[in-house]
Amino acid sequence: MTTNVAIAEFFYCIIALIFLLVGVKALRDKDHPKRISTALFWFILAFTFSIGPYLPAWITGVCVLAIAALTAANRVVQSKSDVPTEEQSRSHADKIGYKIFIPALTLAFVAVLAATFLPFGANNAIGISAAVALAVTYALTKAPAKSAVVDGTRLMDNVGPVGILPQLLAALGALFTAAGVGTVIAKGVSVLIPEGSRLIAVAVYCVGMALFTIIMGNGFAAFSVITVGIGIPFLIMQGANPVVVGALGLTAGYCGTLLTPMAANFNIMPAALLETKNKYVIIQSQARVALVMLGLHIILMYILAF
Amino acid sequence: MELLKLIGVLIVIIGFVLKKDTIATVVIAGVVTGLVARMPIIEILNTLGSSFITQRTATLFVLTLPIIGISERYGLKDKAVDFIKKAKAATSGRIISLYLAIRALAAAFSLRLGGHPQFVRPLINPMAQAAYVAKHGPADEKTEDMIKGFSAAGENFGNFFAQNVFMGASGTLLIVSTLNGQGYDVNALQIAMMSIPVAVIAVLVGFGHNVLLDRTLAKSAIKGGE
Repeated sequence: MTTNVAIAEFFYCIIALIFLLVGVKALRDKDHPKRISTALFWFILAFTFSIGPYLPAWITGVCVLAIAALTAANRVVQSKSDVPTEEQSRSHADKIGYKIFIPALTLAFVAVLAATFLPFGANNAIGISAAVALAVTYALTKAPAKSAVVDGTRLMDNVGPVGILPQLLAALGALFTAAGVGTVIAKGVSVLIPEGSRLIAVAVYCVGMALFTIIMGNGFAAFSVITVGIGIPFLIMQGANPVVVGALGLTAGYCGTLLTPMAANFNIMPAALLETKNKYVIIQSQARVALVMLGLHIILMYILAF
Repeated sequence: MELLKLIGVLIVIIGFVLKKDTIATVVIAGVVTGLVARMPIIEILNTLGSSFITQRTATLFVLTLPIIGISERYGLKDKAVDFIKKAKAATSGRIISLYLAIRALAAAFSLRLGGHPQFVRPLINPMAQAAYVAKHGPADEKTEDMIKGFSAAGENFGNFFAQNVFMGASGTLLIVSTLNGQGYDVNALQIAMMSIPVAVIAVLVGFGHNVLLDRTLAKSAIKGGE
């Protein structure tokens, strides 16, 4: 194991510890109707993150099936958390003031600095910045030691099982490629893209991303499918910079998110929250910007990627 | 049957459209794709397991949660509210633009402001509505709806287009792990830096959009007044 891999595994063990503690929190919540299955979900996840790499891969495969079965059966539910009261956060805010933004700023800046100047890689830089920012947070707030656990598990539970969706989608993308799904999509799409036309290829990729997001309501899911099927064969393999294709590809998908009632928690639920007369008024307000942004994505990707 | 291989894509689409459990949808799509490609069960489990392990990168954002959680308890959101309340913007559009800029900055620095329930409803929309009333008098239902729509839109623009500027954002990590899984060597720093142009452009386009809102509101107010 190289140093960088060892550091990465250390951070994955910390993540596993957070999962484990979310599970323990569920177990301790005596009024929780699904405490055993909820805890089981987080324990299995913790197991795959920490010990998974040292076991035959099929064991992790079985674990993935198990967590999918648990969420499918709706057996994973948030447990009771120690939520800060309004008075509590208000009185702390009045004492600490705008300095409370320092930990988050530290998180962002230290990650960039560590990725640029330290030899441990960009992924480990995120872990390093989290460690530094946590120390800064404690120094600034003088919070009791248990706070990292109390508030870390509270937010993790809040995010819930959906938090591992990006990881599963990236894994699905890899599986699609292994099974040759990308090749089939690419064959179909090749009708649309004249040989050597980079601009049309860029447009098809960006519009495809937005359309798929409109249908599914989820830019992350569209990203793995469209990047494997269109982005890689028609752009990256034709010499486009993968960094540009990836970064602009996902936000091109978000132009679709702005246009779809399928993305209910961004476009429909807030309308209800605001008690609008027309429940599509948010989508209507966003439509022009979404289309302009999609056009700009195509131009920007064409200029920057080649 | 080449087309049969697309069944996984179809399952993903149907699962998301019908709002089935997302985790199960994705896992089923993977397993079925493997079966259709005639991979043996053990091989499917092996591929699923090993790609799940290598793609753990996408879940690194969890490491930032304790910091954000403690910051929230110690007044992060309260101070953001204080800051916005101090703003002396004269029109609805300018208030929404100010929030858009703050929301984009916050997203770029990993702050989870909680958007619609915590800022738009209690703060931004009332401020934008009040600015209209102060300038043009009482608003009719349609005008109220328009201001509500633009307020919520400001939240979404800032949140969506700026979040990948943070290296530890789950979108950024999804891009990295997807491309790594396909054999391309990119890292989170590169993706975060390449996300800056779109974030800046989105804020500027949003500003322009809000200027148009102010013009529309001024025009309809004159018409309504006559």
